Amino acid sequence: MLTLLFDGVAYGMLLFILAVGLCVTMGLMNFINLAHGAFAMLGGYVTVVLMQRHGVPFLVCLPLAFLASAAVGVLLERTLYRPMYKKPHLDQVLFSIGLAFMAVASADYFMGSQQQIMQLPDWLRGRTELFADTPFVLGMGHYRLFIIAVCAALTIGLQYVLSATRFGSRLRASVDDARAASGLGINVNVVFAATFAVGSGLAGLGGALGAEVLGLDPTFPLKFMVYFLIVVAVGGTSSITGPLLAALLLGIADVAGKYYIPKLGAFIVYALMIAILIWRPQGLYVRQGGKS
Amino acid sequence: MNAQTSLLHTARWQSLEFVFWALAFASPWVLAQHALIINEIAIVALFAVSLDLVLGYTGIVSLGHAAFLGFGAYSAALFAKHIHPDPLLGLAVGMSAATLLGAVCSLSIMRGSDLTRLMVTLGTALILLELANKFSDLTGGADGLQGVIMGPLLGRFEFDLMGQTSAWYSLAVLWVLFVLARRLVHAPLGATLKAIRDNRLRAMAIGIPVTARLVVVYTVAAGIAGAAGALMAQTTGFASLDVFAMDRSADVMLMLVIGGVGWLYGGIAGAVAFKLMYDVIANITPQYWTFWMGLFLVVLVLVGRERLIRPWHWFSTSARRGGAS
Repeated sequence: MLTLLFDGVAYGMLLFILAVGLCVTMGLMNFINLAHGAFAMLGGYVTVVLMQRHGVPFLVCLPLAFLASAAVGVLLERTLYRPMYKKPHLDQVLFSIGLAFMAVASADYFMGSQQQIMQLPDWLRGRTELFADTPFVLGMGHYRLFIIAVCAALTIGLQYVLSATRFGSRLRASVDDARAASGLGINVNVVFAATFAVGSGLAGLGGALGAEVLGLDPTFPLKFMVYFLIVVAVGGTSSITGPLLAALLLGIADVAGKYYIPKLGAFIVYALMIAILIWRPQGLYVRQGGKS
Repeated sequence: MNAQTSLLHTARWQSLEFVFWALAFASPWVLAQHALIINEIAIVALFAVSLDLVLGYTGIVSLGHAAFLGFGAYSAALFAKHIHPDPLLGLAVGMSAATLLGAVCSLSIMRGSDLTRLMVTLGTALILLELANKFSDLTGGADGLQGVIMGPLLGRFEFDLMGQTSAWYSLAVLWVLFVLARRLVHAPLGATLKAIRDNRLRAMAIGIPVTARLVVVYTVAAGIAGAAGALMAQTTGFASLDVFAMDRSADVMLMLVIGGVGWLYGGIAGAVAFKLMYDVIANITPQYWTFWMGLFLVVLVLVGRERLIRPWHWFSTSARRGGAS
């Protein structure tokens, strides 16, 4: 019972890190990016290749995955994404689905279609059990504990940057109303490029962390696209607490649903999402007064 | 030319349209060896026309239109297997089932932004996929629903292996429903739909009942998609889980965009172009054809889909873009 909750929290944290970049870009530029999973896949593949073929230690791979995805993200933002912001949503959906298709086929071409296996370092394998003799047994995989720790640190860091730094207040101003923000002298384009880079970088980091838990193969961007979008749609785009809550909810519901009713699998998650979206179409957390 | 005659003029049947349909109906006979692919094209064209009503005329971005296709397919297949093998009855059953589902689902697309709609429609299709997978004793689960044997069409024409009967059957259904859709979009109802697409707030302000119109168009489109699904199940004698898959919804959206949204022939033209393109690319690189499809999409959007496909229609979308901002 508690083990399930623990796994769900780990899963949810991972989804949050993967999706948070998407939330910010969607809130900032009102851009529906279905190719976000491709950055996560890139991070995952960078880690696998560095670890398996070049023997780079796991902890060094994580920042490298972040940097690689961020670099590719900023490159694509400058060249391809920029002309898309003003286009209608249908164009954005088509464009980003096209990018995701290309990413899937390229990964297939360069890496092969098989599932990549990740060799974790020894200190991350194994499992600790708490309250072993009581009904509330809590089994914690060390790797999941590691994921929770990393993601929690990142979340606190992000929250700090957003709420207490100058860049954070610029970002929030741009999300609320890009026109007014640029009128106040904030260079929205630069803010956006930086955010896009960090967002893709975080997705890459999430992909690297999640390669072992979620599985990594070329269909990753399409398989998890739905989950990222659920986090964004349910959580709303105006803060990061909303997506965090949505991601945790999704993670717990998914793990519990798959454990208790294995045949219905993802049914619970989708039903929950539709119910929430009919109830609150703009997401769970909407700040009043912001421009939607 | 006064306003009334000019409005009527755009709604009138052009001579080119007659030529087009004559060619379409002649095709299974002229290209008898390609009758199966003609049948397939007619079915996806019907599906694309259905999405065009929702996406092109009303502006609802839906990534889950396959829900209705799949629902129609399974209803028709189950009806043929367990109750009665007559194709037309099965078609009616598939259509009415999908229409009902559409009426229920139209509640979910009333509110929210494009993203919310995208997610809700996608979620609906995924839920149906999960359900079809779960109730495997009824639907056959991942193996698909097999052993659907259709009776002869109108009690006379057997479905043959060559697919000529199927092709004519699908073309006839496509034609009937196309005429219906064409009538619908040229009627005052269609004009209000376009008004809702261009600017929902203003449409509401001049007294168009937006919610009711959305329900109507979504239900009708669901019924047409259900007909496409029923045709698919009947002419292949098979229904599998992949009718609900997201690829279907994405493919049909792509077809519509290739042909041009907000134009009923766009769905048909797109279906023809898509199927031919798919055949060509899949012959060259069977494994990596998604890459070229993706590249095509990206280039298409970057260049501007109006300019690439219908240079003579660019002004209608520029008006929409002005309204949407």
